[in-house]
Amino acid sequence: MANRVAIIGVGQTYHTSKRPDVCIPELCNEAIRAALEDAQLTIKDIDAVVMGNMELFEGRYHQDLWQADYVGAYHKSGFRVTTGGTTGGTLACTAFFCAASGLYDVIMAVTFEKQSEGDSRAGLKTVADPIWDRWISTGAIGTFARLGSWYMKTFGATEEHAALVRLKADRNACLNPHAHLKLHLKTVEDVLKSEMLVPPLRRLDMCPTSEGACVIIVASEKKAKKLSRKPVWVKDWVEVHNETRYNRGDPVSLENLEKAALTIYKRNGITNPRRDISMAEIYEPATWAELVWSEAFLFCEKGESYKLIERGVTERDGEFPVNPSGGVIATNPIGATGLIRVAEAALQLRGDAGPHQVSREVKRTFTTAWGGSSWTVAHLLSKSLD
Amino acid sequence: MSRKVSIVAVAQTEYEKAKPAWREAEITYQVVEKLLQETGLSFAEDGTGIDATVTCSSDHWDGRTLSNIPHGEVAGSHLRAEEKVSSDGINAVIYAYLQILSGHYDTVLVVATCKESQTVGYIIENFAFDPAYQQKIGLDFLAAAALQANRYIHKYGITPEQRARVVVKNRGNAKNNPYAQLRKPVSIKDVLNSPVLAHPIKLLEVKPVSDGACGLILAVEEKARKLTRTPVWIAGMGQCYESHYLGDRDLAECDALSLAAKDAYRQAGITDPLRQIDLAEISEYYSYQELLWSEGLGFCHKGNGGKLIEKGVTELGGNLPVNPSGGVLSGNPILVAGTARVAEVALQLMGKAGARQVPKAKTGLAHGTYGPCGQHHAVLLLRA
Repeated sequence: MANRVAIIGVGQTYHTSKRPDVCIPELCNEAIRAALEDAQLTIKDIDAVVMGNMELFEGRYHQDLWQADYVGAYHKSGFRVTTGGTTGGTLACTAFFCAASGLYDVIMAVTFEKQSEGDSRAGLKTVADPIWDRWISTGAIGTFARLGSWYMKTFGATEEHAALVRLKADRNACLNPHAHLKLHLKTVEDVLKSEMLVPPLRRLDMCPTSEGACVIIVASEKKAKKLSRKPVWVKDWVEVHNETRYNRGDPVSLENLEKAALTIYKRNGITNPRRDISMAEIYEPATWAELVWSEAFLFCEKGESYKLIERGVTERDGEFPVNPSGGVIATNPIGATGLIRVAEAALQLRGDAGPHQVSREVKRTFTTAWGGSSWTVAHLLSKSLD
Repeated sequence: MSRKVSIVAVAQTEYEKAKPAWREAEITYQVVEKLLQETGLSFAEDGTGIDATVTCSSDHWDGRTLSNIPHGEVAGSHLRAEEKVSSDGINAVIYAYLQILSGHYDTVLVVATCKESQTVGYIIENFAFDPAYQQKIGLDFLAAAALQANRYIHKYGITPEQRARVVVKNRGNAKNNPYAQLRKPVSIKDVLNSPVLAHPIKLLEVKPVSDGACGLILAVEEKARKLTRTPVWIAGMGQCYESHYLGDRDLAECDALSLAAKDAYRQAGITDPLRQIDLAEISEYYSYQELLWSEGLGFCHKGNGGKLIEKGVTELGGNLPVNPSGGVLSGNPILVAGTARVAEVALQLMGKAGARQVPKAKTGLAHGTYGPCGQHHAVLLLRA
C-alpha cells in the first residue's frame, strides 16, 4: 500500500463564463494565492508544481511553460499531466504520487480551464478516431441525451426527476461562493421550461462552459503533521481508462465507473457506500449523469437513484449528500473540474466549506472525475489517519 | 524512501523521417509488443502483471484531442490506469518512477510516440510562446535556439568548428546504432557548408524530422529481480523549470539544468560527474546545446563546453562518452527524445548496446528537455 499523504491546502478562483480581465497564468495565480493562504504557507515551502488542463482547448502547446513563472514553478520541479476531462482528478493523483514517493515533501497541483480563449467544442470534435469514427459528431450533449433517454426508457424515470437534480444543484450552488451558475430556481417548471437541446436534455440539464482554476497542496505524512492543523488524509485513489470506440459497443457503458468504485470500495472495506462514506462530490456534467452514475457508484440499487432525489437523500442536509458544492451542473471549468471535487471534499472534511457545509459530520468522502469515453478517476479522503 | 526502482526492459522502433504505412498507435504497439515479449508480462490484474501505463504523446502533434486514446488502447489502458505526460518523454519515465516509489504501483509501462512527419512543427512550436509578447513575433523553437546560440557564442567564444564537432561525433556514433535515423557520418566541412537555417544554426546542426516510439518497463526491486538478470536502477532524479520569457534569462546559462542535476547528483552520491559517470545521453536538439548542457551538467566549467569536445572527452573512447547512440541530432522524434535517452543509457548499463557499447559502463546519465531554449530540464542517474 502507498505511503500516506494529506491535502493541506486548497484554493479556487470564482468561476464564471468569461474572465477577460486575466490571462491563463494570472487566473492560475489567483488560485495559488488562495491555496497558499489556506495552507498558511509561502511559495518557498513548495517543492514541486504539477499542472494540467484540456490540452487542445486553449490551443497552447506545452501550456505549463507559459504558466511556470506565474505559478511559482520557476527553478522548481514539476511536470504536466493531461487526461482529458479527468485531468483535474488525475492531477490530484499526480500530487499524491509525488508526495508519497519520498522525493518531494510538499506539492502543488494546478488546474484550470479558460474556454473563452479557445474552442472547446472544436476540441471535442476531434476526440473520435479520425478514420473509423470520422463522421461521428462527438461532444457532450449527444452523450448525455442518450444517457437520459436510456434511463427513462429502462427505469421509468421522468424529466421531472432530472429537474429535481438541477434544483438541488442550484440550491447548493447559491450557497457556494465559488460556483458559476446561481439561478435561484424555485420549481420543477422553472427547469422544464428551459430550451430543449437534444431530447430529453434541456439547457438546464447541462453544465455551463466555465472558466476558473483550482489548486490543492499535498504533503507527505511527516510534513502534513508538521505544517497543518487540519490535514485531510488521502486513503486511496484509482484510475480507470478504456478503449474508445464511438461506432460500436454499449452506448451507455458504465463499466469504468463501476470498476473504479468497486475497486476503491473493496480495497478500503466499504460494503455499504451510503453508510461507510459521509458524502460524495462526483463529476456530473448533466442531471442525468448524476442519476445514472449514482447507481454505478453503488449509492443505491439500479433504477433507484431517482427515488433518492425524490426522497431528498442526496440533499445537502440529507442522509448522503451528493455534490453539496452545486457540482459540475453549476460549474465546469473542465481541466479544473475534477480537482474542484477533491478540494470541495477536503473543505467539507475540515468543516470549512462555509455556507454549503453539509449538516452531518463528514468523516469520509468519495470523489470522482470523468472524461474521455467514461474514463473515471476516484479518490477516497478521510478526516482521520487510520 | 525505502523502495528501489529498476528499468527492466526497453524497446525502440527504428527512427525514420516518415512512417506513412503506420498510424500513431500502430507505432506505439510495435514497442509495446516487444516489451511484453521480452518480459513475459501481461496486463493481468492479479499482481503478476503491469499495474499501470504512462503514455507520452501530444494532441498537437497527433491532431486530435485526448491523443492518449489510441496510444493507451494498445498499451493496456482498457479498464485500467493510464495517464498521459505530454512533454518530453523523460518526464513520463520520471512519473512512472514516482508512481512506483509511492507504493501505489509495482510495475509500470511507459511509452512515448510521435509522428512528426504528418504535422508542421514550427506552427505548433509557435503556440508554446505566451500569446501577448512572444508568440506574435513568430518565434518557433529554431528561432529561439538561434537567439540562444548567438548569446552563448558571444559570451563564451564558442566557435563554429566546436559546434560542428558535436554533429560529427554524434553522426559518427549513430552509424553503430541500428535504431538511428541518420547513420551516415559527416565531416566538419559538411556541417560548416550546410545551409544556414537561422543564423548561426545550420541545417546539419538541427535534429531531423522523425517518426518513432520508445518504451520501457519499470518495476519495484522484488519484481525487477524476477523479470531480468540485468536490472538498471534509478539512482537519482531531478527536474526544473526555467523562466518562460526569453528576455528574463541569460540564454548563455542553463541554471535550471544545473539545479535538476544537483538534485539527481545528491540522491545518487555523485560529487565529480566527470569521473563518476561512465556515459551520458543528453538531449541536443541543436549542436550548441550539447556543449551548453554539458556545462549545466557540470561536465566542465561554464563556458568550457567547446574545449570539452575539442579535448575528445565526450568521444566514444573518451573519459565521459556523450551520446554514444548518436543523440537527438541523429534522429529522435519530439517527445520520444527523452525516453530514448533513458532507454539508450539503460541498454548501455545492461551491456546490450551492441556496436555502440561503452565498455564497463556502470553509471549513466540521461537528460531530457523541452520548451524554447531548454525551459524545462530533467535528469536521471542510472546504475547497473
